[in-house]
This record gives sequence, structure tokens and C-alpha cells, in this order.
Amino acid sequence: MLLREVEYARPASVEEAVRFLSEHDGARVLAGGQTLINVMKARVASPDLLVDLNGLDELKSIDLAADGTLSLGSMVTYSELIASAEARARPILGEVCAQIGDVQVRNRGTVGGNVCSNDPTNHLPPLMVALGATMHITGPNGDRTVPAEEFFLGVYMTAAGPGELLTKITVPPGKSDGFASVTIGKDGTCIVNAAASVNGGIRVAIGCVEAVPMLLKADSADAVRAAVQNANFDPPSDVHASADYRRHLAGVVAARATAQAQGKS
Amino acid sequence: MDIDVTVNGERYERNVEPRKLLIHFLRDDLDLTGSHVGCDTGNCGACSVIVDGVLVKSCMMLAVQADGSTVETVEGLAQDGELAGLQQAFSDHHALQCGYCTPGMLMSATALLRLNSHPSEDEIRKGIQGNICRCTGYVNIVEAIKAAAE
Repeated sequence: MLLREVEYARPASVEEAVRFLSEHDGARVLAGGQTLINVMKARVASPDLLVDLNGLDELKSIDLAADGTLSLGSMVTYSELIASAEARARPILGEVCAQIGDVQVRNRGTVGGNVCSNDPTNHLPPLMVALGATMHITGPNGDRTVPAEEFFLGVYMTAAGPGELLTKITVPPGKSDGFASVTIGKDGTCIVNAAASVNGGIRVAIGCVEAVPMLLKADSADAVRAAVQNANFDPPSDVHASADYRRHLAGVVAARATAQAQGKS
Repeated sequence: MDIDVTVNGERYERNVEPRKLLIHFLRDDLDLTGSHVGCDTGNCGACSVIVDGVLVKSCMMLAVQADGSTVETVEGLAQDGELAGLQQAFSDHHALQCGYCTPGMLMSATALLRLNSHPSEDEIRKGIQGNICRCTGYVNIVEAIKAAAE
């Protein structure tokens, strides 16, 4: 399909990318393009300028610090993360990325794109919230960090505002994590998903039920079930699942993710 | 925008609009019509090609993004008029019915076998997960890839 006319810039540095983004109304980051190019075909998004980050190697590194903190560049693809020895420090990351789309999509789609598009059915927003990740944002006024649980603001909206760019995500050390979903076909779009992480208490983040991942904290699996019930989510109804069924599934996937995180599945 | 792309070993210098998808550049500008446009939404994989060694769907990439890259399409598989082993295996195993998905299947299988020369059936099915055969002829496609790996 022919896209609407668009200009294209290939910045040589993050600084230059931020300049393009902040100086042009209608500029938009082109990361892996596995969502954006399709929504451009459908004219749902019509940016005037695409700022292609694919040439920026500084956004493509995966580093493991001595204290176990994992740093993921925003332009790391799912396939690169799956293949990364460093990323195995937090195995759930690779396990979840292997469930996204298919080989071709995983080869192009990026970690940063997944969180910044913040489609409520995406895998990584609830995962990053459950893991207590930190988002590193740079913009015309310098760098700042935002905890994942404050990064997701609404459907397709995040704390990375106009002119800003997510450069990396840092994930604290830990291994007791879980992820569960009910999808439309194997590895398809999530109907409901949940990520859980045990570190003292249990953090469970549920996706697809509200505009942003819903974080619940509990100290036992039973308390997770009760917290999901008490949360009384108001999920959308569609051809794949009614709101009632989604609400039910939220409890199911939260329990499954928690069991995996506790090593009980 | 001027781009310089090597496709199947041949270098092309062309001027393209940024909005042109890689699949349309290959088909319309270079007349390499082996790669197909199926769904045009990134689901079917008929447009799959290999860019710098990485399997991608060329309907979800801009032609300008391939600037400086090496692209492999289905036209590059046969050498000197001889079918590649994988192509011969598709023929021998009747791994195509209408044939529309075949170029994408061949590129996905090519990429898979480079990474994993002896994939299990499960790995083969995972490897072609991004390619849809609407004739549902998957059994023979899997058989062909298995045979080509042997």
C-alpha cells in the first residue's frame, strides 16, 4: 500500500534524533516499524517526518552491571534480546520476547517500540511494570528517568512526550518471575496477559484490561486472586472476549504468572 | 532520496520516495516480482526477504531503510539455472498448491536452515510461523524443509 507522503531522517546520534523530534511538529520515531508502518498504511497515524533510529548503535547494547542490573537499549530487537547471554540474567525477558509475533517481527521489532507504542495488548508494558524496571528518557531538556509503573499513561500514551526519546530500560536483578497470557492463536495478540515478580512480596501487572498495565501488590498467591477480584477491572468487550470473560481471565493469568514466579508451575 | 542496495549480488542505485515500502521497491522498481504482496499488514509473510542476513517482512520496512544493505530475494536462490536444494525439495514434496506463499516460505526456510541446519519439526513450524499458506498445505512444506535439511 502506498503510504502518505512523509519525510525521512536518519540521525547520526541520539542528540540529533532529539533535535529532529523537538524541532519538527509531526515528527515521529521510527523504531522497528512493525506497528508504525502498518498504522501508517491504515492512515491511523500520518507523521510528517520519520526519525529512523536504526542507525544508532548506541541504542542497541545490552549490558549487565556487576550488581546484576540489566540495561537494554531501546533499539534492541526481540531476537537480539532472546540471543543475548547478558539478558539471560533475567530469563523472563527472553521467554516473553519469544512469544511476540513471529520470526520476522521479532527480527525487526524493538523493546523500546513495544513499550512506547503502549498498545494495551502488548507484552512488555506489564512485564516492565512487574519487574520494577526504570525507563531512561532523553529530550531537549536533558535526561530523566521514570519508573515503569509511572511510564504508561494511557492507550498509546507514555511519559516519553513530544520531542523526547526512550534510550534504555534498566531492569533490577532477580529471577523469580512469571508471565501468562491468553492469546488469539499461538503467539498471537493477547486477550489478557499478566506478569509477576517475587522479591519479598509479589508484584503482578495485568495487561489488556485497562488502558495501562494494572499493578497489584500482594504477599501470597491467594492474596493475588483476592486483589484481582477487588480491583474490579473494567475491560473492553470485543469479538474475542466479553468484558466479563476478560475480567475472569485476569484472575486466571495473574494466578498462572504468580505460580511461575513462585516456581510452582 | 538516493539509495544504494545490493540485491541478489547485483548493485542498484536508485532514487526513491521515503514512503515507498521495500516490497514495492523490489517489485516495481527492480522488477523482482518473486516476492509477493499478500496481506500488506505484516501477517502473511509472502513478502519475506533477507536483509543483511536477517529475515524480514518487506511490507513493514521502507526502501530507504535498506540503503547500504544486502538483500536476498527468492530470485537469488537458484544458481546458474539450478534450483537450490530447498527449492528442489519443495518441488519433490509438492510443497505448494497455489504457490502464492512459496517465495516467502522459501526465504523463511532459507533463514531457518542457516541458523539451524537440522531443525526438529517443531523448530521448522516455529520458523515458518510468520508465513501463512492459505491453501493450508503446511504438512508438505514442513516435509520439504525437513528433507532439504538432510
